[in-house]
Amino acid sequence: MNFEAIKSIYLAEMARTRRTIMQSIISPVISTVLYFVVFGAAIGSRITEVDGVSYGAFIVPGLIMLSLMTQSLSNASFGIYFPKFTGTIFEVLSAPVSFLEITIAYVGAAATKSVLVGLIILITANFFVPLEIQHPFWMAAFFMLTAVTFALLGFIIGIWADNFEKLQFVPLLIVTPLAFLGGSFYSINMLPEFWQTVTLVNPVVYLISGFRWSFYGQADVSLWLSLLATLIFLGGSLAVIHRIFKTGYRLKP
Amino acid sequence: MAPILSVRDLEKTYEGGFQALKSVSLDIREGEVFALLGPNGAGKTTLISTICGLVRPTSGSIEVGGHDALKNFRAARRLIGLVPQEMPTAPFEMVADTVSFSRGLFGLKRDPALVESILKDLSLWDKRDNAIMALSGGMKRRLLVAKALAHEPRILFLDEPTAGVDVELRHDMWRIVGELKERGVTIILTTHYIEEAEEMADRVGVINGGEIILVEDKAELMRKLGRKLLTLSLSEPLAAVPQALARYDLMLANDGASLVYTYDTHAERTGITSLLTDLSAAGVRFQDLQTDQSSLEDIFVDLVKGG
Repeated sequence: MNFEAIKSIYLAEMARTRRTIMQSIISPVISTVLYFVVFGAAIGSRITEVDGVSYGAFIVPGLIMLSLMTQSLSNASFGIYFPKFTGTIFEVLSAPVSFLEITIAYVGAAATKSVLVGLIILITANFFVPLEIQHPFWMAAFFMLTAVTFALLGFIIGIWADNFEKLQFVPLLIVTPLAFLGGSFYSINMLPEFWQTVTLVNPVVYLISGFRWSFYGQADVSLWLSLLATLIFLGGSLAVIHRIFKTGYRLKP
Repeated sequence: MAPILSVRDLEKTYEGGFQALKSVSLDIREGEVFALLGPNGAGKTTLISTICGLVRPTSGSIEVGGHDALKNFRAARRLIGLVPQEMPTAPFEMVADTVSFSRGLFGLKRDPALVESILKDLSLWDKRDNAIMALSGGMKRRLLVAKALAHEPRILFLDEPTAGVDVELRHDMWRIVGELKERGVTIILTTHYIEEAEEMADRVGVINGGEIILVEDKAELMRKLGRKLLTLSLSEPLAAVPQALARYDLMLANDGASLVYTYDTHAERTGITSLLTDLSAAGVRFQDLQTDQSSLEDIFVDLVKGG
């Protein structure tokens, strides 16, 4: 294992975060906090409790998940796309670094950043709404798994994309709608029966449900189903990446 | 002595069906400067990229310092530094950081003293804390050399090191190559400036259409394929080459003011003596004469056209 190389890539990526702290950390935190203010404090006071939790508190896990997913995705996709775009990727590809090491470094850095954003949001949320975390271990597990899984997904998108439009396409047109419709702002029990069934094909439902359960002990679907769905997602992403590296897709002609 | 780099029957066909390399075999000797010449699209960059692990070979084998470049890619790649043709740089990174980064990729611990000496050798030390985008084109190119040297490779690939750079920078690059050679670094450079190969190389390989069509010591190549031109400045211009001299390879130049005779320096007889005799017999008088050795460029053009 070339740990020194993993460290170099990881630190270079984190240095990039520091250089762009406004857009990589501060702006996602601010936009999420605006959700608390609008939906939690302003509108939320007029909405009845959901599953025995005040609406402001109810949306916190969903919002954290939302930013965790979108941030992991965009960090990782941009992290690998940019060197591909500028051409500096040649250096990594011609160094004695295996694909596994490349993935660990880029995905690790992307996940670290989004975890950082998620934590800041969690801490900030604490000032606006009453929070409780009933199952901290599970909370941490879902937190990490989601960050890593979506960073892997972002990594795939970054390798696949050959222009900026494609880079934005999946996060904006697929993941964001799925996240919004996946129960970030509502419990799926609030939907008409037909849509409750339809919504179960949305993988994000399982992630948010499990994560919310770790806070309030309330879930739309069972915990194990949530965990299973997350792991399937993770496994699927790893399989695709394995395939990419096996065939040299978009990286090594 | 075993070659430091050995390529055997290397073939590369890209996905679209384009065959960029056709059974390329090549041995590089340790410590030499090898110039790979070829027109655009001949396969120079594909060959280098395949050796360095950027392109996956369709078939064939590559050994670097005795290590198989595919099976034992870590050991093989540690020996290699690559300066690419394009100038890809991360615009916002700092000069010294990016050199340390390159070193780290090769699994080596940070070594600020080494980075300092590399940057000083390449006259970049003053710029160590600048963002890369603030560098001039020439500095960027030197920075890429610095990055490629950060892990102290034994083989350095320079892909078109002087494409599109000014004369001063080109001489600068030649100096750098000279210094590296003195330190025992094996250098493989691609170029389509013949001048460059002539100036720096110990051996020359010519690649065209994905095939190595020739590998030769530079001096030997120039000797072997060397033609000379004998130019006679005539006292009186001629309208045409006189019939009596038709058997010679003669051409009129300068509106008939000069007569140019092309001959092979290695032929048994150059034909100069008889030409001069026949000239005076035909009443052609000249004021001056001069001979020119054909350059590597002429040789190259002949090869590529003839091949």
